Amino acid sequence: MSRIVFLEDRCKGCRLCIDACPAGVIRPSGRFNHQGYEVMTSGEGCTGCASCAVMCPDTAIRVFRTARTAEGGRA
Amino acid sequence: MNNPCNALPEALRPREGESLVFDAPAAQVDRPTHYCPGCHHGIAHRLVAEVLDELDATDRAVLVASVGCSAFSYDYFAVDALEAQHGRACAVATGVRRANPDSVVFTYQGDGDMAAIGLAESVHAANRGELITAIFINNTVYGMTGGQTAPTTLIGQITTTSPAGRRLRGEGGPLRMTELMAGLDGVAYAERCALDSVRHVRAAKKALRNAFEVQIRGLGFGFVELLSGCPTNWHMTPQAANRRIAEEMIPVFPLGTAKNLLDK
Repeated sequence: MSRIVFLEDRCKGCRLCIDACPAGVIRPSGRFNHQGYEVMTSGEGCTGCASCAVMCPDTAIRVFRTARTAEGGRA
Repeated sequence: MNNPCNALPEALRPREGESLVFDAPAAQVDRPTHYCPGCHHGIAHRLVAEVLDELDATDRAVLVASVGCSAFSYDYFAVDALEAQHGRACAVATGVRRANPDSVVFTYQGDGDMAAIGLAESVHAANRGELITAIFINNTVYGMTGGQTAPTTLIGQITTTSPAGRRLRGEGGPLRMTELMAGLDGVAYAERCALDSVRHVRAAKKALRNAFEVQIRGLGFGFVELLSGCPTNWHMTPQAANRRIAEEMIPVFPLGTAKNLLDK
């Protein structure tokens, strides 16, 4: 399964990634970084499309995509 | 090209079977920006840095920064940079590019800088066909100084200097810079894009690439206008700011390529 990693010290809690995610797997985490911004977290179901990272104004997201398996799904 | 500043810690390296499909571009300096949450300057910075990397132009790029929120943009690009007087970035860039013909020179200016105090310098640099690329951020307000009316402010928009909303008679209408630039003979590429959605951001990157290519190929002045959100001075959330771009700005500032000499 693909995954995203948040650089939490960069996040400003704008939540634009939540709107951008077509799979709807990003949500506020309830945790706050040292600047006082609520950072995001992601659940299961990431497809590695990188939409969240494209919309992130603070380049705070890294996207790791897992290659498709022979069965057509993602490993 | 790998910028050691952008090296990821061990925990962020791809695991077995994974590939890192989104990383910060090498031309972008790895540091937090001073911009407000949800401000589109960060997206615009990253797109420009990605294009410089892809064109292999980072080592010979020179940024001419402007005055406004983007005054500190030179802190975020791993390229040589100058800070121009308010509005005069295109004039300064003219000198840099003429003195260093091998360089790739770009200005990064907001609407208060380029469309107001710097309109004359910008229009004349474009009309002369200077081989520079101008990136124009249009968020319909003066951001840094507290949300005053800009030349691009929409009719009826309430700002700190138009508390009853901007009126056409007396205060003028929103200045359409892309159409203005496209009408000049020296301009080789002019396009208006928006940064409110994934689709529009991806299109903006292509436009930026074209605007740099006309410079590198010696065709003329490259211009890209980016419709951007200013949640702080619009007094709304970043999500609402994106909706405002789609619903209120794009109907007034239509997206698209106004001029393109690349294929001729």
